[in-house]
Amino acid sequence: MEYMILINSDENYESPAPGTPEFEAMMAPWMAFNQRLIDGGHWIAGASLQPTMTATTVHKRGDAGHTVTDGPYAESKEQMGGFYLVRAADLDEAIELALALPMAAASIEVRPVAFRPDAA
Amino acid sequence: MADATVEAALTRVAREESGRVLALLARRFGDVDLADESVQDALVEAARVWPVQGVPANPPGWLLTVAKHKAIDRLRRAASAQRRTMAAARDMAVEDVAFEDGAGGDEMIDDEQPMADDRLRLVLLCCHPALDRDAQVALTLRMVGGLTTPEIASAFLVPEATLAQRIVRAKRKIRDAGIPLSIPTDLDGRVDAVLAVLYLIFNEGYLTRSDRDVVVRVDLVDEAVRLTASLAELLPDHAEVDGLLALEMFHRSRLSTRTDALGDLVLLEQQDRTRWDLESIGRANAVLHRAMRRMQPGPYQLQAIIAGHHANARTAGDTDWSAIAGLYRQLVAVTPSPVVRLNHAVAVAMADGPHAGLAMLDDLEARGGLDGLERYHLLHATRAELLLRAGRPDDAKRAFALARATAVAPAEQRHLDRRLAALD
Repeated sequence: MEYMILINSDENYESPAPGTPEFEAMMAPWMAFNQRLIDGGHWIAGASLQPTMTATTVHKRGDAGHTVTDGPYAESKEQMGGFYLVRAADLDEAIELALALPMAAASIEVRPVAFRPDAA
Repeated sequence: MADATVEAALTRVAREESGRVLALLARRFGDVDLADESVQDALVEAARVWPVQGVPANPPGWLLTVAKHKAIDRLRRAASAQRRTMAAARDMAVEDVAFEDGAGGDEMIDDEQPMADDRLRLVLLCCHPALDRDAQVALTLRMVGGLTTPEIASAFLVPEATLAQRIVRAKRKIRDAGIPLSIPTDLDGRVDAVLAVLYLIFNEGYLTRSDRDVVVRVDLVDEAVRLTASLAELLPDHAEVDGLLALEMFHRSRLSTRTDALGDLVLLEQQDRTRWDLESIGRANAVLHRAMRRMQPGPYQLQAIIAGHHANARTAGDTDWSAIAGLYRQLVAVTPSPVVRLNHAVAVAMADGPHAGLAMLDDLEARGGLDGLERYHLLHATRAELLLRAGRPDDAKRAFALARATAVAPAEQRHLDRRLAALD
């Protein structure tokens, strides 16, 4: 099966500047996690997103037209910061992958993919 | 007379065998929903056929065979609906062969080890953390316990349609989210979830029994004990399963003295101990002993030891309250819930006097240890009883009034009314 792993976490933390040893130290476990996904045949896609201050929400309201507003869909302490699209045998394996994310605190939603037009 | 025999055979095969058959079919077909529906179909067929043709010589074998054919019928119907009759028919033939090969009729009963694993997988699936608690309870009773949807609905006092919908939704999530029938690497954590579900079923039966005006056909207390005993067989190395079983058996042994003829609550110290079920207490003692020999302490064993102290005390005066207070202290360390803290304070009051208990309640309250219990009648009723014993009837009265205002169950309301009246 295929699962979307949506990572929601507190985005108010100072990330070290790229190129510094601190940045490398922060990235190392993520690289290892990505490699684990690739080696295990789980990898389909994944991305880390810019913070929600860069977000724009487009509301379509049928005949009433549409609006474009600044900010994320919902304001909350934890915001979606990235995702993985993975292949897993079942929900237990997908949960295991979610638990292996190198994050101390996060709310991670795991949802099966219903349909993916570019699926093999 | 013959009807009663058939009725008993039908109930027995539903309760004791249908879960096994379902577990086996679920693995063979890789589809829990299909297995569940097919077993239900087979039970309906048994209820129709057995009164006419008589009970078959091997009821579980009959159930397996009929349920298997019902499953194949369902697959064929689904397949033809999808215009894939040809391919499906070929698959069915293969499936049929796989079934006749070693697992038909009587043979399944000899096949104990894989069967035990199938049953464990099924109960773990029903209590999977990705399902909500209500769904876990409903699925466990239906798929493992062999209860029908109307039986579960009436036991939990929810409309049948609500419960049916709950089961349909849960089975849909199992299928669509890919919740597996497997034995997980983190077995202990998952067993804890099963124990929580079983204890919840037990408590539903134990705590609501006195409120019933209607005769309920299904006794959730007995069902919970039966399911826990069967889990203990499947997981002989898990001491906490035996801990829960012993706890349930201790409570059950004094079930008949918990309420009087009018359905009103009788406090533990006033219960007629000569009517406690000594045989059940003896069995509970043995199960608890077996659990403790494994040296894996846990909250269910602690609660069972406490219940055992009460059950084995000949008179209320014989109760070893200082031992019980010590056990509650350990329980607070493992499961620091406000209710456990409240019970700890009660035990301390019984061991060291009402002043010690009241001091503990005040201290807990000041530190937020009882937060969330403000609307819980037992907090106020407990404080009231302690105040009364401490010689402060006016304060006790105020606390009883608070308890009366927060009590929900009619039996508890009547009990508090009597306490209040006695103070006038």
